[in-house]
Amino acid sequence: MSSVVIRVKQKQIAQLIAKGKRLDGRGLTDYREIKVEQGIIERAEGSARVLLGRTEVMVGTKIEIGQPFPDTPNEGVLTVNAELVPLASPTFEPGPPDENSIELARIVDRGVRESKAIDVEKLCIDPGKKVFVVFVDVYVLNHDGNLIDASALAALAALLNTKMSNYEIEEDEVKIKPGYTPLPMRSHPIAITFAKINDKLVVDPWLEEEQVMDARLTMAINDDGDICAIQKGGSGYFTPEQVLEAAKIAKEKSQEIREKLDW
Amino acid sequence: MSQKPEKLIDKKGLRLDGRKSDELRPIKIEVGVLSNADGSAYIEQGKNKILAAVYGPREVHPKHLALQDRMLLRCRYHMAPFSVQERKSPAPSRREVELSKVIRESLEPSIFLEYYPRTAIDAFIEVLQADGGTRCASITVASLALADAGIPMRDLVVSCAAGKIDDTIILDLMDTEDKMGVADVPVALMPNLNAITLLQMDGILTLEEFGNAVNLALEGCKKIYALQKEALKTKYVSVKEVEE
Repeated sequence: MSSVVIRVKQKQIAQLIAKGKRLDGRGLTDYREIKVEQGIIERAEGSARVLLGRTEVMVGTKIEIGQPFPDTPNEGVLTVNAELVPLASPTFEPGPPDENSIELARIVDRGVRESKAIDVEKLCIDPGKKVFVVFVDVYVLNHDGNLIDASALAALAALLNTKMSNYEIEEDEVKIKPGYTPLPMRSHPIAITFAKINDKLVVDPWLEEEQVMDARLTMAINDDGDICAIQKGGSGYFTPEQVLEAAKIAKEKSQEIREKLDW
Repeated sequence: MSQKPEKLIDKKGLRLDGRKSDELRPIKIEVGVLSNADGSAYIEQGKNKILAAVYGPREVHPKHLALQDRMLLRCRYHMAPFSVQERKSPAPSRREVELSKVIRESLEPSIFLEYYPRTAIDAFIEVLQADGGTRCASITVASLALADAGIPMRDLVVSCAAGKIDDTIILDLMDTEDKMGVADVPVALMPNLNAITLLQMDGILTLEEFGNAVNLALEGCKKIYALQKEALKTKYVSVKEVEE
Protein backbone atom coordinates (compact mmCIF):
# COMPACT_ATOMS: atom_id res chain seq x y z
CA MET A 1 0.00 0.00 0.00
CA SER A 2 1.25 3.47 -0.73
CA SER A 3 2.78 5.27 2.18
CA VAL A 4 0.35 8.22 1.85
CA VAL A 5 -2.67 5.98 2.45
CA ILE A 6 -0.88 4.37 5.38
CA ARG A 7 -0.16 7.75 6.94
CA VAL A 8 -3.80 8.84 6.66
CA LYS A 9 -4.92 5.54 8.14
CA GLN A 10 -2.35 5.71 10.87
CA LYS A 11 -3.69 9.07 12.01
CA GLN A 12 -7.24 7.77 12.12
CA ILE A 13 -6.31 4.58 13.97
CA ALA A 14 -4.04 6.43 16.39
CA GLN A 15 -6.71 9.04 17.21
CA LEU A 16 -9.20 6.29 17.99
CA ILE A 17 -6.70 4.39 20.13
CA ALA A 18 -5.96 7.55 22.12
CA LYS A 19 -9.65 7.46 23.10
CA GLY A 20 -9.39 3.76 23.99
CA LYS A 21 -11.25 2.66 20.84
CA ARG A 22 -10.40 0.68 17.73
CA LEU A 23 -11.58 0.75 14.12
CA ASP A 24 -13.37 -2.59 14.47
CA GLY A 25 -15.09 -1.61 17.72
CA ARG A 26 -12.92 -3.60 20.11
CA GLY A 27 -11.34 -2.35 23.34
CA LEU A 28 -7.52 -2.10 23.45
CA THR A 29 -7.06 -5.50 25.13
CA ASP A 30 -9.93 -7.37 23.46
CA TYR A 31 -9.29 -10.37 21.24
CA ARG A 32 -11.34 -11.02 18.13
CA GLU A 33 -13.63 -14.03 18.20
CA ILE A 34 -11.65 -17.27 18.38
CA LYS A 35 -12.96 -20.46 16.76
CA VAL A 36 -11.07 -23.74 16.95
CA GLU A 37 -11.89 -26.88 14.98
CA GLN A 38 -9.85 -30.04 15.46
CA GLY A 39 -9.38 -33.20 13.44
CA ILE A 40 -10.37 -31.78 10.06
CA ILE A 41 -7.73 -33.52 7.93
CA GLU A 42 -8.07 -37.28 8.22
CA ARG A 43 -4.76 -38.10 6.55
CA ALA A 44 -2.80 -36.04 9.08
CA GLU A 45 -1.93 -37.47 12.52
CA GLY A 46 -3.37 -34.29 14.00
CA SER A 47 -4.96 -31.19 12.58
CA ALA A 48 -6.78 -28.01 13.48
CA ARG A 49 -8.20 -24.87 11.95
CA VAL A 50 -8.25 -21.63 13.90
CA LEU A 51 -10.25 -18.56 13.02
CA LEU A 52 -9.15 -15.39 14.77
CA GLY A 53 -11.64 -12.90 13.41
CA ARG A 54 -11.06 -13.26 9.66
CA THR A 55 -7.53 -14.60 10.04
CA GLU A 56 -7.55 -18.29 9.23
CA VAL A 57 -4.75 -20.76 9.90
CA MET A 58 -4.69 -24.50 9.42
CA VAL A 59 -2.12 -26.77 11.01
CA GLY A 60 -1.47 -30.40 10.21
CA THR A 61 0.91 -32.65 12.10
CA LYS A 62 2.68 -35.70 10.72
CA ILE A 63 4.70 -38.19 12.70
CA GLU A 64 7.59 -40.16 11.27
CA ILE A 65 10.32 -42.30 12.72
CA GLY A 66 13.75 -40.72 12.53
CA GLN A 67 17.03 -40.18 14.31
CA PRO A 68 17.40 -38.08 17.46
CA PHE A 69 19.86 -35.18 17.66
CA PRO A 70 23.23 -36.37 19.03
CA ASP A 71 23.00 -34.06 22.07
CA THR A 72 19.51 -35.28 23.03
CA PRO A 73 19.56 -39.05 22.30
CA ASN A 74 16.52 -39.76 24.50
CA GLU A 75 14.24 -37.13 23.05
CA GLY A 76 11.85 -37.03 20.14
CA VAL A 77 12.26 -34.25 17.58
CA LEU A 78 9.94 -31.31 16.93
CA THR A 79 10.03 -29.53 13.57
CA VAL A 80 7.87 -26.51 12.83
CA ASN A 81 7.46 -25.06 9.36
CA ALA A 82 5.20 -22.24 8.21
CA GLU A 83 3.87 -21.50 4.74
CA LEU A 84 2.44 -18.11 3.87
CA VAL A 85 0.29 -19.62 1.14
CA PRO A 86 -0.23 -17.22 -1.81
CA LEU A 87 -4.01 -17.65 -1.68
CA ALA A 88 -4.05 -16.05 1.78
CA SER A 89 -3.12 -12.48 0.85
CA PRO A 90 -2.30 -10.30 -2.16
CA THR A 91 1.08 -9.67 -0.52
CA PHE A 92 2.12 -13.35 -0.33
CA GLU A 93 4.09 -14.72 -3.26
CA PRO A 94 4.96 -18.29 -4.18
CA GLY A 95 8.54 -19.31 -3.66
CA PRO A 96 10.92 -20.50 -0.97
CA PRO A 97 10.10 -19.37 2.61
CA ASP A 98 11.01 -15.72 3.20
CA GLU A 99 12.12 -14.20 6.50
CA ASN A 100 8.51 -13.62 7.60
CA SER A 101 7.50 -17.24 7.31
CA ILE A 102 10.76 -18.41 8.88
CA GLU A 103 10.24 -16.01 11.79
CA LEU A 104 6.62 -17.16 12.20
CA ALA A 105 7.67 -20.81 12.30
CA ARG A 106 10.45 -20.11 14.76
CA ILE A 107 8.16 -18.17 17.13
CA VAL A 108 5.58 -20.99 17.12
CA ASP A 109 8.42 -23.49 17.61
CA ARG A 110 9.89 -21.51 20.52
CA GLY A 111 6.54 -21.39 22.34
CA VAL A 112 5.98 -25.14 22.06
CA ARG A 113 9.59 -26.10 22.74
CA GLU A 114 10.41 -23.77 25.63
CA SER A 115 7.16 -24.47 27.48
CA LYS A 116 8.00 -28.17 27.16
CA ALA A 117 4.49 -28.66 25.81
CA ILE A 118 5.34 -32.06 24.35
CA ASP A 119 6.85 -34.69 26.64
CA VAL A 120 9.63 -35.43 24.16
CA GLU A 121 11.19 -38.17 26.27
CA LYS A 122 8.10 -40.28 25.68
CA LEU A 123 8.78 -40.03 21.93
CA CYS A 124 11.98 -42.03 22.24
CA ILE A 125 11.84 -45.52 20.71
CA ASP A 126 15.46 -46.67 20.85
CA PRO A 127 17.83 -44.18 22.59
CA GLY A 128 20.31 -42.61 20.21
CA LYS A 129 18.86 -44.50 17.24
CA LYS A 130 15.13 -44.15 16.73
CA VAL A 131 12.67 -41.54 17.93
CA PHE A 132 9.39 -40.12 16.74
CA VAL A 133 9.75 -36.90 14.77
CA VAL A 134 6.76 -34.55 15.02
CA PHE A 135 6.30 -32.30 12.01
CA VAL A 136 4.07 -29.27 12.60
CA ASP A 137 3.13 -27.55 9.37
CA VAL A 138 1.48 -24.15 9.72
CA TYR A 139 -0.63 -23.21 6.72
CA VAL A 140 -1.87 -19.62 6.63
CA LEU A 141 -5.12 -19.56 4.62
CA ASN A 142 -6.34 -16.00 5.14
CA HIS A 143 -4.27 -13.12 6.44
CA ASP A 144 -6.15 -10.50 8.41
CA GLY A 145 -3.45 -9.76 10.97
CA ASN A 146 -1.88 -11.45 14.00
CA LEU A 147 -0.73 -14.60 12.24
CA ILE A 148 1.50 -15.42 15.21
CA ASP A 149 -1.26 -15.91 17.80
CA ALA A 150 -3.52 -17.71 15.33
CA SER A 151 -0.69 -20.01 14.24
CA ALA A 152 0.38 -20.76 17.82
CA LEU A 153 -3.22 -21.60 18.76
CA ALA A 154 -3.69 -23.77 15.69
CA ALA A 155 -0.38 -25.57 16.31
CA LEU A 156 -1.36 -26.31 19.91
CA ALA A 157 -4.86 -27.42 18.89
CA ALA A 158 -3.38 -29.75 16.27
CA LEU A 159 -0.84 -31.20 18.72
CA LEU A 160 -3.60 -31.84 21.27
CA ASN A 161 -5.43 -33.66 18.50
CA THR A 162 -2.40 -35.70 17.38
CA LYS A 163 -2.40 -39.49 17.64
CA MET A 164 0.68 -41.67 17.53
CA SER A 165 0.60 -45.22 16.22
CA ASN A 166 1.18 -47.94 18.80
CA TYR A 167 4.35 -49.90 18.15
CA GLU A 168 6.48 -52.72 19.47
CA ILE A 169 10.13 -53.56 18.90
CA GLU A 170 10.88 -56.95 17.37
CA GLU A 171 14.52 -57.81 16.67
CA ASP A 172 15.52 -54.14 16.43
CA GLU A 173 12.68 -53.46 14.00
CA VAL A 174 9.85 -51.13 14.87
CA LYS A 175 6.53 -52.83 14.17
CA ILE A 176 3.40 -50.76 14.04
CA LYS A 177 0.54 -52.26 16.04
CA PRO A 178 -3.12 -51.42 15.60
CA GLY A 179 -4.54 -48.60 17.67
CA TYR A 180 -3.35 -45.13 18.61
CA THR A 181 -2.20 -43.20 21.67
CA PRO A 182 -2.51 -39.44 21.99
CA LEU A 183 0.70 -37.40 21.72
CA PRO A 184 2.00 -36.89 25.30
CA MET A 185 1.25 -33.23 26.06
CA ARG A 186 1.88 -31.49 29.39
CA SER A 187 1.61 -27.73 28.81
CA HIS A 188 -0.50 -25.32 26.78
CA PRO A 189 1.53 -22.29 25.70
CA ILE A 190 -0.65 -19.39 24.54
CA ALA A 191 0.95 -16.60 22.47
CA ILE A 192 -0.26 -13.05 23.08
CA THR A 193 0.77 -10.42 20.54
CA PHE A 194 0.79 -6.65 21.03
CA ALA A 195 1.09 -3.87 18.50
CA LYS A 196 2.48 -0.51 19.51
CA ILE A 197 0.63 2.26 17.72
CA ASN A 198 1.38 5.87 18.60
CA ASP A 199 2.94 4.80 21.91
CA LYS A 200 -0.09 2.73 23.00
CA LEU A 201 -0.32 -1.06 23.23
CA VAL A 202 -3.19 -3.00 21.67
CA VAL A 203 -3.57 -6.78 21.71
CA ASP A 204 -4.40 -8.98 18.72
CA PRO A 205 -3.75 -6.40 15.99
CA TRP A 206 -5.71 -7.00 12.81
CA LEU A 207 -4.33 -6.27 9.34
CA GLU A 208 -5.02 -2.52 9.22
CA GLU A 209 -3.43 -2.06 12.62
CA GLU A 210 -0.42 -4.15 11.62
CA GLN A 211 0.09 -1.96 8.57
CA VAL A 212 0.45 1.14 10.72
CA MET A 213 2.08 -0.26 13.86
CA ASP A 214 5.52 0.89 14.98
CA ALA A 215 6.50 -2.40 16.59
CA ARG A 216 5.19 -5.77 17.62
CA LEU A 217 5.73 -7.84 20.75
CA THR A 218 4.74 -11.46 21.30
CA MET A 219 4.84 -13.27 24.63
CA ALA A 220 4.01 -16.95 25.06
CA ILE A 221 2.62 -17.87 28.48
CA ASN A 222 2.49 -21.39 29.94
CA ASP A 223 -0.17 -22.96 32.21
CA ASP A 224 1.51 -21.59 35.37
CA GLY A 225 1.32 -18.03 34.05
CA ASP A 226 5.09 -17.89 33.45
CA ILE A 227 6.62 -16.48 30.29
CA CYS A 228 8.20 -19.11 28.04
CA ALA A 229 9.03 -17.21 24.84
CA ILE A 230 9.23 -13.62 23.63
CA GLN A 231 9.80 -12.02 20.26
CA LYS A 232 9.87 -8.36 19.39
CA GLY A 233 9.35 -7.48 15.76
CA GLY A 234 8.96 -4.42 13.58
CA SER A 235 11.22 -1.41 13.22
CA GLY A 236 10.05 0.51 16.28
CA TYR A 237 10.85 0.26 19.98
CA PHE A 238 9.26 -0.30 23.40
CA THR A 239 10.06 1.44 26.66
CA PRO A 240 11.01 -0.81 29.60
CA GLU A 241 7.70 0.15 31.28
CA GLN A 242 5.71 -0.94 28.21
CA VAL A 243 7.49 -4.31 28.20
CA LEU A 244 6.54 -4.99 31.83
CA GLU A 245 2.97 -3.79 31.24
CA ALA A 246 2.72 -6.13 28.25
CA ALA A 247 3.91 -9.08 30.38
CA LYS A 248 1.11 -8.44 32.89
CA ILE A 249 -1.58 -8.13 30.22
CA ALA A 250 -0.25 -11.23 28.43
CA LYS A 251 -0.61 -13.28 31.61
CA GLU A 252 -4.25 -12.17 32.08
CA LYS A 253 -5.15 -12.65 28.44
CA SER A 254 -3.60 -16.12 28.23
CA GLN A 255 -5.66 -17.25 31.24
CA GLU A 256 -8.78 -15.83 29.63
CA ILE A 257 -8.14 -17.72 26.37
CA ARG A 258 -7.24 -20.91 28.20
CA GLU A 259 -10.54 -20.80 30.14
CA LYS A 260 -12.53 -20.03 27.02
CA LEU A 261 -11.03 -22.99 25.15
CA ASP A 262 -11.01 -25.23 28.22
CA TRP A 263 -7.30 -26.12 27.85
CA MET B 1 29.11 -32.55 23.21
CA SER B 2 30.38 -31.64 26.65
CA GLN B 3 28.74 -33.14 29.69
CA LYS B 4 26.39 -30.93 31.64
CA PRO B 5 28.21 -29.58 34.71
CA GLU B 6 26.30 -30.31 37.92
CA LYS B 7 26.11 -26.68 38.89
CA LEU B 8 26.50 -23.64 36.70
CA ILE B 9 27.07 -21.45 39.73
CA ASP B 10 29.16 -22.46 42.77
CA LYS B 11 28.63 -21.92 46.52
CA LYS B 12 30.45 -18.59 46.43
CA GLY B 13 28.06 -17.44 43.70
CA LEU B 14 30.71 -17.61 40.99
CA ARG B 15 30.01 -18.90 37.48
CA LEU B 16 31.94 -21.48 35.43
CA ASP B 17 34.32 -18.79 34.13
CA GLY B 18 34.69 -17.19 37.58
CA ARG B 19 32.36 -14.26 36.96
CA LYS B 20 29.88 -12.86 39.46
CA SER B 21 26.21 -13.00 38.51
CA ASP B 22 26.10 -9.38 37.31
CA GLU B 23 29.51 -9.29 35.64
CA LEU B 24 30.15 -8.87 31.92
CA ARG B 25 32.76 -10.84 30.02
CA PRO B 26 35.91 -8.92 29.02
CA ILE B 27 35.07 -6.75 26.00
CA LYS B 28 37.39 -5.30 23.38
CA ILE B 29 35.99 -3.03 20.68
CA GLU B 30 37.72 -1.44 17.72
CA VAL B 31 36.22 0.92 15.14
CA GLY B 32 37.37 1.35 11.52
CA VAL B 33 39.09 -1.96 10.93
CA LEU B 34 38.39 -2.56 7.23
CA SER B 35 39.63 -0.18 4.53
CA ASN B 36 37.08 -1.00 1.80
CA ALA B 37 33.94 -0.58 3.90
CA ASP B 38 32.33 2.81 4.49
CA GLY B 39 32.20 1.90 8.15
CA SER B 40 33.41 -1.07 10.15
CA ALA B 41 33.95 -2.34 13.66
CA TYR B 42 35.21 -5.39 15.51
CA ILE B 43 34.21 -6.76 18.88
CA GLU B 44 35.53 -9.43 21.19
CA GLN B 45 33.23 -10.33 24.04
CA GLY B 46 34.54 -13.33 25.91
CA LYS B 47 35.42 -15.78 23.12
CA ASN B 48 33.03 -14.12 20.66
CA LYS B 49 34.87 -12.50 17.77
CA ILE B 50 32.62 -10.56 15.43
CA LEU B 51 33.30 -8.26 12.51
CA ALA B 52 30.78 -5.81 11.04
CA ALA B 53 31.00 -3.72 7.87
CA VAL B 54 28.61 -1.14 6.47
CA TYR B 55 28.33 -0.10 2.83
CA GLY B 56 26.15 2.83 1.81
CA PRO B 57 24.05 4.81 1.42
CA ARG B 58 24.37 3.47 -2.10
CA GLU B 59 22.23 2.58 -5.09
CA VAL B 60 19.72 -0.22 -4.48
CA HIS B 61 20.21 -3.47 -6.36
CA PRO B 62 17.83 -4.97 -7.42
CA LYS B 63 16.15 -1.66 -8.17
CA HIS B 64 12.57 -2.67 -7.38
CA LEU B 65 13.48 -2.99 -3.70
CA ALA B 66 14.10 0.77 -3.42
CA LEU B 67 11.74 2.68 -1.12
CA GLN B 68 10.42 6.02 -2.31
CA ASP B 69 10.27 7.74 1.07
CA ARG B 70 13.20 6.26 2.98
CA MET B 71 16.30 4.24 2.63
CA LEU B 72 16.44 0.49 2.78
CA LEU B 73 18.44 -1.09 5.57
CA ARG B 74 19.63 -4.60 4.90
CA CYS B 75 21.41 -6.80 7.41
CA ARG B 76 23.13 -10.08 6.98
CA TYR B 77 24.11 -11.99 10.09
CA HIS B 78 26.33 -14.86 9.11
CA MET B 79 28.43 -17.38 10.99
CA ALA B 80 31.74 -18.58 9.61
CA PRO B 81 31.90 -22.38 9.13
CA PHE B 82 34.77 -22.54 11.66
CA SER B 83 33.08 -20.36 14.27
CA VAL B 84 31.54 -23.25 16.20
CA GLN B 85 32.60 -26.70 17.44
CA GLU B 86 30.97 -28.69 14.60
CA ARG B 87 31.49 -27.12 11.18
CA LYS B 88 28.53 -24.97 10.22
CA SER B 89 27.44 -25.08 6.61
CA PRO B 90 28.07 -21.66 5.05
CA ALA B 91 24.56 -21.60 3.56
CA PRO B 92 22.28 -19.33 5.62
CA SER B 93 20.33 -21.37 8.20
CA ARG B 94 16.81 -20.53 9.36
CA ARG B 95 18.32 -19.24 12.57
CA GLU B 96 20.55 -16.84 10.62
CA VAL B 97 17.61 -15.61 8.54
CA GLU B 98 15.63 -14.88 11.70
CA LEU B 99 18.58 -13.21 13.43
CA SER B 100 19.30 -11.06 10.36
CA LYS B 101 15.70 -9.86 10.58
CA VAL B 102 15.65 -9.09 14.32
CA ILE B 103 19.07 -7.41 14.15
CA ARG B 104 17.86 -5.21 11.30
CA GLU B 105 14.73 -4.33 13.23
CA SER B 106 16.78 -3.49 16.31
CA LEU B 107 19.00 -1.08 14.34
CA GLU B 108 16.30 0.55 12.18
CA PRO B 109 14.81 2.77 14.92
CA SER B 110 18.23 4.37 15.47
CA ILE B 111 18.70 5.56 11.88
CA PHE B 112 17.19 8.61 10.18
CA LEU B 113 16.05 6.44 7.27
CA GLU B 114 14.07 9.29 5.69
CA TYR B 115 17.28 11.28 4.99
CA TYR B 116 18.28 9.22 1.95
CA PRO B 117 15.23 7.96 0.06
CA ARG B 118 15.75 5.38 -2.73
CA THR B 119 19.14 4.27 -1.35
CA ALA B 120 20.31 1.23 0.53
CA ILE B 121 22.60 0.59 3.45
CA ASP B 122 24.00 -2.88 3.80
CA ALA B 123 25.29 -4.07 7.14
CA PHE B 124 27.27 -7.30 6.97
CA ILE B 125 27.97 -9.12 10.21
CA GLU B 126 30.39 -12.04 10.26
CA VAL B 127 30.67 -14.14 13.40
CA LEU B 128 34.24 -15.45 13.27
CA GLN B 129 33.97 -17.25 16.59
CA ALA B 130 30.81 -17.83 18.60
CA ASP B 131 30.56 -18.15 22.38
CA GLY B 132 26.95 -17.38 23.22
CA GLY B 133 25.28 -13.99 22.92
CA THR B 134 26.38 -13.43 19.33
CA ARG B 135 23.18 -11.61 18.35
CA CYS B 136 23.76 -9.08 21.12
CA ALA B 137 27.43 -8.52 20.32
CA SER B 138 26.46 -8.29 16.62
CA ILE B 139 24.03 -5.45 17.31
CA THR B 140 26.59 -3.60 19.45
CA VAL B 141 29.25 -3.86 16.75
CA ALA B 142 26.95 -3.21 13.76
CA SER B 143 25.67 -0.01 15.36
CA LEU B 144 29.28 1.18 15.67
CA ALA B 145 29.96 0.31 12.04
CA LEU B 146 26.90 2.40 11.04
CA ALA B 147 28.21 5.31 13.12
CA ASP B 148 31.66 4.87 11.58
CA ALA B 149 30.09 5.07 8.12
CA GLY B 150 28.70 8.49 9.07
CA ILE B 151 25.06 7.45 8.84
CA PRO B 152 22.85 10.01 10.64
CA MET B 153 21.61 8.32 13.82
CA ARG B 154 19.40 9.19 16.78
CA ASP B 155 21.45 7.09 19.16
CA LEU B 156 23.77 4.10 19.23
CA VAL B 157 22.16 0.72 19.77
CA VAL B 158 23.78 -1.48 22.37
CA SER B 159 22.76 -4.99 23.30
CA CYS B 160 23.29 -7.48 26.10
CA ALA B 161 21.54 -10.58 27.38
CA ALA B 162 20.47 -11.58 30.85
CA GLY B 163 19.16 -14.97 31.84
CA LYS B 164 18.73 -17.54 34.54
CA ILE B 165 21.04 -20.40 35.48
CA ASP B 166 20.19 -22.70 38.37
CA ASP B 167 18.18 -20.25 40.54
CA THR B 168 20.09 -17.09 39.78
CA ILE B 169 19.45 -14.24 37.36
CA ILE B 170 22.73 -13.52 35.57
CA LEU B 171 24.19 -11.07 33.05
CA ASP B 172 25.85 -11.82 29.69
CA LEU B 173 25.45 -15.57 29.21
CA MET B 174 28.28 -17.47 27.60
CA ASP B 175 27.75 -20.53 25.43
CA THR B 176 27.43 -23.22 28.14
CA GLU B 177 25.17 -21.02 30.26
CA ASP B 178 22.98 -20.32 27.25
CA LYS B 179 22.64 -24.03 26.39
CA MET B 180 22.33 -25.45 29.91
CA GLY B 181 20.62 -22.55 31.61
CA VAL B 182 16.95 -22.02 32.36
CA ALA B 183 16.30 -18.90 30.30
CA ASP B 184 17.94 -16.35 28.03
CA VAL B 185 16.67 -12.79 27.48
CA PRO B 186 18.58 -10.76 24.86
CA VAL B 187 17.78 -7.04 24.98
CA ALA B 188 18.93 -4.12 22.80
CA LEU B 189 18.70 -0.53 23.96
CA MET B 190 19.04 2.99 22.62
CA PRO B 191 20.49 4.33 25.88
CA ASN B 192 19.71 8.05 25.48
CA LEU B 193 16.13 7.42 24.38
CA ASN B 194 15.50 4.60 26.90
CA ALA B 195 14.05 2.57 24.05
CA ILE B 196 14.20 -1.22 23.79
CA THR B 197 14.71 -2.21 20.15
CA LEU B 198 15.27 -5.95 20.58
CA LEU B 199 13.60 -8.26 23.04
CA GLN B 200 13.53 -12.00 22.79
CA MET B 201 13.32 -14.76 25.31
CA ASP B 202 13.46 -18.49 25.53
CA GLY B 203 13.18 -20.64 28.63
CA ILE B 204 10.76 -20.17 31.51
CA LEU B 205 10.63 -17.15 33.82
CA THR B 206 8.01 -15.83 36.20
CA LEU B 207 6.85 -12.26 35.63
CA GLU B 208 9.02 -11.09 38.54
CA GLU B 209 12.12 -12.91 37.28
CA PHE B 210 11.50 -11.52 33.80
CA GLY B 211 11.35 -7.98 35.18
CA ASN B 212 14.63 -8.51 37.05
CA ALA B 213 16.29 -10.04 33.98
CA VAL B 214 15.27 -7.11 31.76
CA ASN B 215 16.58 -4.60 34.30
CA LEU B 216 19.87 -6.47 34.65
CA ALA B 217 20.24 -6.66 30.86
CA LEU B 218 19.57 -2.92 30.60
CA GLU B 219 22.30 -2.23 33.17
CA GLY B 220 24.65 -4.42 31.14
CA CYS B 221 23.72 -2.46 28.00
CA LYS B 222 24.62 0.81 29.72
CA LYS B 223 28.04 -0.55 30.74
CA ILE B 224 28.77 -1.70 27.18
CA TYR B 225 27.53 1.66 25.86
CA ALA B 226 30.41 3.37 27.72
CA LEU B 227 32.87 1.05 25.93
CA GLN B 228 31.13 1.68 22.60
CA LYS B 229 31.52 5.45 22.95
CA GLU B 230 35.13 5.03 24.04
CA ALA B 231 35.94 2.95 20.95
CA LEU B 232 34.33 5.48 18.64
CA LYS B 233 36.21 8.37 20.25
CA THR B 234 39.51 6.47 20.13
CA LYS B 235 39.31 6.16 16.35
CA TYR B 236 38.40 9.77 15.69
CA VAL B 237 40.93 11.18 18.15
CA SER B 238 43.65 9.26 16.30
CA VAL B 239 42.35 10.48 12.93
CA LYS B 240 42.57 14.04 14.18
CA GLU B 241 46.15 13.54 15.34
CA VAL B 242 47.20 12.27 11.92
CA GLU B 243 45.63 15.32 10.25
CA GLU B 244 47.51 17.69 12.53
